[in-house]
Amino acid sequence: MMFIDPHIHMISRTTYDYMVMREYGVVAVIEPSFWLGQPRTSAGSFKDYFSSLVGWERFRASQFGIQHYCTIGLNPKEANNEALAAQVMELLPLYACKEGVVAIGEIGYDDMTPAEDKYFCQQLELAQELDMLVLIHTPHRNKKTGASRSMDRCIEYGLAPSRVIIDHNNEETVEEVLARGFWAAFTIYPHTKMGNARMVEIVRQYGCDRIIVDSSADWGVSDPLAVPKTAQLMLERGIPEAQVRAVCYENALAAYSQSNQFSESDWLTSTIDQRELYYGNSVLRGQTPVVETSRDQILIE
Amino acid sequence: MNLRTNCDVTQAIQLLHNCLSRQISREALNWLEEKTNYISQGAAQRLFYTAFSAVPRYLGKQQLTLSTQDLRAAAAIRPGWNPQHWSVDQAGRTLIVLSLPHTDVEKYLWILEQVFTTADVRELVALYQSLPLLPHPEKHCARAAEGVRSNMTSVFNAVALRNPYPADYFDDLAWNQMILKAVFVGSPLYLIHDSDRRANPELAKMLVDYARERWAAKRSVTPELWRFVGYSEGELQALAKVLQTNDIVQQEAAALACAHSPLPQAQKLLACYPHLQAAIGRGDLTWSRFSRDRLGADV
Repeated sequence: MMFIDPHIHMISRTTYDYMVMREYGVVAVIEPSFWLGQPRTSAGSFKDYFSSLVGWERFRASQFGIQHYCTIGLNPKEANNEALAAQVMELLPLYACKEGVVAIGEIGYDDMTPAEDKYFCQQLELAQELDMLVLIHTPHRNKKTGASRSMDRCIEYGLAPSRVIIDHNNEETVEEVLARGFWAAFTIYPHTKMGNARMVEIVRQYGCDRIIVDSSADWGVSDPLAVPKTAQLMLERGIPEAQVRAVCYENALAAYSQSNQFSESDWLTSTIDQRELYYGNSVLRGQTPVVETSRDQILIE
Repeated sequence: MNLRTNCDVTQAIQLLHNCLSRQISREALNWLEEKTNYISQGAAQRLFYTAFSAVPRYLGKQQLTLSTQDLRAAAAIRPGWNPQHWSVDQAGRTLIVLSLPHTDVEKYLWILEQVFTTADVRELVALYQSLPLLPHPEKHCARAAEGVRSNMTSVFNAVALRNPYPADYFDDLAWNQMILKAVFVGSPLYLIHDSDRRANPELAKMLVDYARERWAAKRSVTPELWRFVGYSEGELQALAKVLQTNDIVQQEAAALACAHSPLPQAQKLLACYPHLQAAIGRGDLTWSRFSRDRLGADV
């Protein structure tokens, strides 16, 4: 079975993850713009980060048979440094329409401060102006209110629910998100977010319409195989294969292909060529491209 | 001294627009026309940035189709301009950049700098290819030299190959570095515009030093570098060594270098290889034929 992980922060993962993910059937990933675990101190580090999302990371993934896409946005948390946030807003138009950018995101709320609200709305306006999809991060605390308010804002700014993906849902938010016509994504992330046994029950209860499974794997203790593992668990626990395929592949494809930047043919027709370089750099570290038997060679030519 | 060439921007726009209008849908053309109109009328910068990035979303990325007439017109608008290998998105992006108001030079350069420093690979290629068409050409020299420093081959090639900008605007230092780098990364030198005009003794010396380094490591060198060599006794020694090899391609290149050398000793050296001397004398062996027959140049 082929899988899409439509929310994963590969910049904080190793190349080994790409290898294993590909082995488990992950053919495409979407990497939403994120924070770094510590506050960024200047707009320049956002610029380099966005550039690596549309550049190096795309290249690195392709070297291991995975198509890489991203979403561009100012993370909710970082809206609270207003001086910096204003500069990042100036940068977004330089990146939002680049190749492989499938949405504005992940945006939304963290603490639900006025500053977060301000930059969330400005980014919804930008999405509307550029006719782009939106990926919403729902807050960890006060999630239900945050999810409702995010959806209210989307409607207020004229975005069609079918063009908005609400992520990090749980048992408490799913009903409203689906009822209002938005896409409901779930992060399978150990301890803090959704577990995959709970995910099985959600699909059992709500079916597979507009439901999307992702890993959100990042620099935390998280699992880049969360999507294939969840699919496996669903099958073991009696969810019909067609439904598993829908929530672990087809729905993400349907949602993000609305961007015209995300197409099945991208990965069905792609090939790996590890001889290629990016800015003169290779992902390989001394290995012969693709062939794995060269590690013990001592002759340097 | 460098030839300073200012391009007629209106004519360049017209030509690219005509080519695109034959190839892309009415809808895509409308989108492009609307954006370029707004930009030329001084729309907010973000419209320029987003339109520049979004071009392939609307125009696609297929090869630009140009007739012989188009190519002749291009060369007339800007000597050396050769968009033969451009794609429609590159042409569209160039049109967007050419619509940017440029009377306030400082602001114009600042906006260009923003796109250059945030560009992805395809965008960089489009930007560097359009350099010879841009207003205030002499102001882009440092930027073009930066493109040469790129270790992304496609970006380097966008500056170095089929682009008249370096020959017209680079000083000898930047020019020589570009040629050396083309040799290093294996880019075909015959695609470098006006390279014979910019050949110089310092470059020749660097190329021969490079060849000697390669030989010491038992590696080969591209025969194309002999095209720029032949100013000194030391260089002739290198050519003599090449002429003694069993590699006919290398020998032909060295023979051509001797033929074009200003030194009388070079002609003497060539005379030791009468069949090559005769071929050159008959016009059967020229750099242009060599590029076509031995290097696969499409000339």
